[in-house]
Amino acid sequence: MSREKFISIVSTAVPLPMENVDTDQIIPARFLKATSREGFGDNLFRDWRYDSNNQPKPDFVLNNPKYSGEILVGGKNFGSGSSREHAAWAIYDHGFKVVVSSFFADIFKNNALNNGLLPIQIGEDELEQIFDTINRDNRAQFEVNLAAQELRILSTGKAISFDINPYKKECMLNGYDDIDYLLNLKLEIEAFEVSHR
Amino acid sequence: MSKTLFDKIWDSHVVKHIANGPDVLYIDKHLVHEVTSPQAFAGLEKRGIKVSRPQNTIATADHNVPTIDQHLPIKDQLSKFQVDKLTEYCEKFGVTLYGLNHPYQGIVHVIGPQLGHTQPGMTIVCGDSHTSTHGAFGAIAFGIGTSEVEMVLATQCIMQPKPKRMKISVDGDLTSGVTAKDVVLYIISKVSTSGGTGYFIEFTGSAIRSLSMEGRMTVCNMSIEMGARGGMIAPDEKTFAYLKGKEFAPQGDDFNKAVENWRQLHTEPDALFDKEYNFDAADIEPMITYGTNPGMGVKITGRIPSIGEVKDSERNSLEQSLTYMGFQAEDELIGKSVDYVFVGSCTNGRIEDLREVARAVKGKRKADNITAWIVPGSKQVEEQANKEGITKILEEAGFKLRQPGCSACLAMNEDKIPAGKYAVSTSNRNFEGRQGPGARTMLASPLTAAAVAISGKIVDPRDVVGL
Ligand code: SF4
Repeated sequence: MSREKFISIVSTAVPLPMENVDTDQIIPARFLKATSREGFGDNLFRDWRYDSNNQPKPDFVLNNPKYSGEILVGGKNFGSGSSREHAAWAIYDHGFKVVVSSFFADIFKNNALNNGLLPIQIGEDELEQIFDTINRDNRAQFEVNLAAQELRILSTGKAISFDINPYKKECMLNGYDDIDYLLNLKLEIEAFEVSHR
Repeated sequence: MSKTLFDKIWDSHVVKHIANGPDVLYIDKHLVHEVTSPQAFAGLEKRGIKVSRPQNTIATADHNVPTIDQHLPIKDQLSKFQVDKLTEYCEKFGVTLYGLNHPYQGIVHVIGPQLGHTQPGMTIVCGDSHTSTHGAFGAIAFGIGTSEVEMVLATQCIMQPKPKRMKISVDGDLTSGVTAKDVVLYIISKVSTSGGTGYFIEFTGSAIRSLSMEGRMTVCNMSIEMGARGGMIAPDEKTFAYLKGKEFAPQGDDFNKAVENWRQLHTEPDALFDKEYNFDAADIEPMITYGTNPGMGVKITGRIPSIGEVKDSERNSLEQSLTYMGFQAEDELIGKSVDYVFVGSCTNGRIEDLREVARAVKGKRKADNITAWIVPGSKQVEEQANKEGITKILEEAGFKLRQPGCSACLAMNEDKIPAGKYAVSTSNRNFEGRQGPGARTMLASPLTAAAVAISGKIVDPRDVVGL
């Protein structure tokens, strides 16, 4: 079952300059009760986005009409905490295709990659530049080119390169799915089991 | 090259190494619960395939279940739907389920070890980050996302890049009143919540060895709070003694043979780690957290740091977390008033934890301002607590034991700490809203939680309970 292919995007970005944005913030546990993958975007950052009467909090960035786009830019150690893939689903379901940070929690990164959400890890200084750029102009455009492994600030032309595991890159570019790959290893897995016993 | 414990187990489970890519890792045991698995089972249905090794897969309902009146139908319709879905899928795919009211039901990381499913040398995964708990037995155990749950259900394998190796040694003798929970909160406060990212930790040293199996589980449980993929402790005589006679552990001659193999599971003396930390047990005191991540911990007699004391990049988080918690920088922790005490979770919901609380509160009464929830980690823990008279001691002290589940650890069921209220909790995460929207969590050991319950405020447990 293939996924959507990720080639490149040009978009404005939404800044969330906070460190240690954890999975309980991204999607609080009480919203994990659905048994499908869709619809979690409505509760993305629920407790930062809505007050206890379910009214949008005007000062939270997702409620601010100035900011929009397919790129979410977060502070250091983004996605720490639980293994809930719902966090990646919620961000993707809300319409983001890319999350940028100077550091990602491991499980979150895997989950994102498994769901067509591209985590881009860049240096702290570069992250500051991105926040500055958005600060100065909330309509500033960024280009993400996965094949070239480049994040470009279009107004200045500055290109920031990023790492990605070559296997995962292939998967994202082609919309491949790990399960298809593993299912094709059936004989090797069975042979392993015989020797493993 | 000489191997670490981690390398030995990892390398022997690699089915295939993908050049420039992750390893295809074989999984010995897959634990499943109701919240992160339905979408994975649905994925199998869509592909029209079976669970590849149902005999290596164990399921339970824990995250979402009520902790009172478990014999009645679940009231919350969404929770009920999730638990029903799990039941339906387990039946359809032939997976053993310890569902609600089953004598083996409980928090997935409590029941695995208790039943002997968790064994040295295994690879163990579960769609829950605290799967690291099982590392206490010298296993490679880590949490995975739902796509990965689907991979394991479909093929018994997972694609994983191999983490780096970290060694954390704690040597010397722990002083009285200092428990496994304090040790791990101390370590996290030093390593930080992201210091372990990319690593798999081996905990060693005489202080770690001195811990019981349950204490070791508490330590490994929280390795994820440093960002690590998991944590592990080499198996020893304590490990073997714990497993002997457990229902799903090898029996008789098979057990002796297994022990022979398990004895090989240790790091070779000249094996190298990518990073090492050494701590002195004598420096560790009872700990408590003041902020909104598990790295924000101090000794209970200490103060909240001043804004100037922390790194520039951490100032914002500190300020934000103090606002959330309603605390001031440089405040003393001792004397702060508390509303709730929660004893439970896969970190501290085992029988030794309940024994410790019972011993501490025996013959005393809880303070009037405290609502205390004591939630055993499993049916077997509950039964044992009844048998040992713990339930009675707690009742006489004004506490009540609830029924097993994750409960207020993540507040998916009704067990939520109300907004603005302070909870001293033996669980593992103090994130904003973790225990309910607006709830203010302070993480501590069961001993400290018991002392707080009696005093009604933050106290040094060494001053309150006879040690
Ligand atoms: S007790 Fe808490 S941490 Fe443990 S499995 Fe349940 S929700 Fe996760």
